[in-house]
Amino acid sequence: MQFGIFTVGDVTTDPTTGRTPTEHERIKATIAIARKAEEVGLDVFATGEHHNPPFIPSAPTTTLAFIAAQTQRLILSTATTLITTTDPVRIAEDYATLQHLSDGRNDLMLGRGNTGPVYPWFGKDIRQGIPLAIENYALLRRLWREDVVDWEGKFRTPLQGFTATPRPLDGVPPFVWHGSIRSPEIAEQAAYYGDGFFANHIFWPASHTQQMVGFYRKRFEHYGHGPADHAIVGLGGQVFMRTNSQDAVREFRPYFDNAPVYGHGPSLEDFSRETPLTVGSPQQVIERTLGFRDYVGDYQRQLFLMDHAGLPLKTVLEQLDILGEEVVPVLRREFAALRAPGVPDAPTHASLVAARDAAAAGSTPQTQEVS
Amino acid sequence: MTTRNLVVVSGGLSVPSSSRLLADRLATATQRALAERGDDAVVETVELREHAHAITDHLLTGFATGDLRGVLDAVRGADGVLLVTPVFSASYSGLFKSFLDVLEPGSLQAKPVVIGATGGTARHSLALEYAVRPLLSYARATVVPTAVFAASSDWADGDAQSGLSARIDQAGAELADLVVGSPPVVVTDPFDEVTPFERLLSGDA
Repeated sequence: MQFGIFTVGDVTTDPTTGRTPTEHERIKATIAIARKAEEVGLDVFATGEHHNPPFIPSAPTTTLAFIAAQTQRLILSTATTLITTTDPVRIAEDYATLQHLSDGRNDLMLGRGNTGPVYPWFGKDIRQGIPLAIENYALLRRLWREDVVDWEGKFRTPLQGFTATPRPLDGVPPFVWHGSIRSPEIAEQAAYYGDGFFANHIFWPASHTQQMVGFYRKRFEHYGHGPADHAIVGLGGQVFMRTNSQDAVREFRPYFDNAPVYGHGPSLEDFSRETPLTVGSPQQVIERTLGFRDYVGDYQRQLFLMDHAGLPLKTVLEQLDILGEEVVPVLRREFAALRAPGVPDAPTHASLVAARDAAAAGSTPQTQEVS
Repeated sequence: MTTRNLVVVSGGLSVPSSSRLLADRLATATQRALAERGDDAVVETVELREHAHAITDHLLTGFATGDLRGVLDAVRGADGVLLVTPVFSASYSGLFKSFLDVLEPGSLQAKPVVIGATGGTARHSLALEYAVRPLLSYARATVVPTAVFAASSDWADGDAQSGLSARIDQAGAELADLVVGSPPVVVTDPFDEVTPFERLLSGDA
């Protein structure tokens, strides 16, 4: 099982000091956080993509390539890459380039984006969000899998004799996750292709995540990719930890109360009860996280949101130390012990290449099938 | 005999409130009219005051917590809905509007609805027609022709033809007619209605 962090990339005033980091500081802090993630033994770093203030990650592959140059084993991913407003040709090129630069240490998570004005800035319409996600991804798959593409669709200039360069590393495209908060159509899309499904998880009650993941698993099996419990599932999570749980609550409360998205709304206690947010001791985080498995089954990737709401870099790095030293080693051991036999790991570049070669040699691959 | 589910929503803020009083009278009249037509009714009454914090939280977070979740499900599953708001600043109250704002889209579509309002003076009575009814039209509810406004002075008006009781009975009868004429509401799981991917892919969705 993979453990990692995902960042929204918000520039938010620290409510305890009134200080707002500059964009430069926030971008550099993102790099420091990613490096720390590798240092403390996490597996994945994923960045969001936004094209409006107060967010900084508008060019995710630039940032991820920079991180790739400074790390050795961290998997670089996104949360999410905007499949609606980004030209699929650009996605094919950018992420294939990142594959070459990172020696295959990258995958990506596709999402639609829910900010209405962003769509027209890129010549699109949010009311076409689902059709855009479907058409653009269908094209993206062909650009990665076919050397020469003739294509015509509703949302983009036709392509005649087009070759996306560079070709994917070793001829194997990066693994794709589909992220969704609430659209069953996206779970359906992930299931249809046998891709991964990532449930945002952190902004909604567990019952909702359970429904979404259950639906994806059922449809994954329906489309012939394997049994439902072998589908590839990722979950978000959100934690803040101190040795003494009351210290964690006291320190995190002002950040929670003023946070973008849910600030000035429910209390920390209400939100902790209704969503996976866990503010407390490392042991509490371990117990809560292990509990996710009770309602989504054995899953492959757990990403935590650690660096938002104006938390200073120093605090975020401390949190990553606790996560890497005290929490994740226990989670790895416990999840592995609980895991049903036969449940696959999340595909990596190496496993996808091995599966492709095994399929070519006519034997049955042990890992996720390349489709 | 069919058992019908009625959900009564009162936006009154004081306890007790005249909006709740009107809502209860409308519910009783509807129940009686349903009985005359051979149907039973189960009535669930919701005081928005008790859910005011959860409604605000929903506006800020995008999801319903605690008991509010059950209320939203009840409205979606109701065979008929009775909505009563106090008139504030010549329109529905903010809390009443916020409640409608957090209903899942489609919750009131083609649903038989009666609307009522309360206010200090009869000069506010048309708020039902220029504010509440268009709001429900947007929600594609089927609103009965008789909307019931109760001003403070109406509570003493016993006129059998045009008094408050007569209007309540009329509205209740209209709602009962609509409810009896409709098949019982069956709530479907949105996950059972997802378009298969081949159709999404062909743009045929």
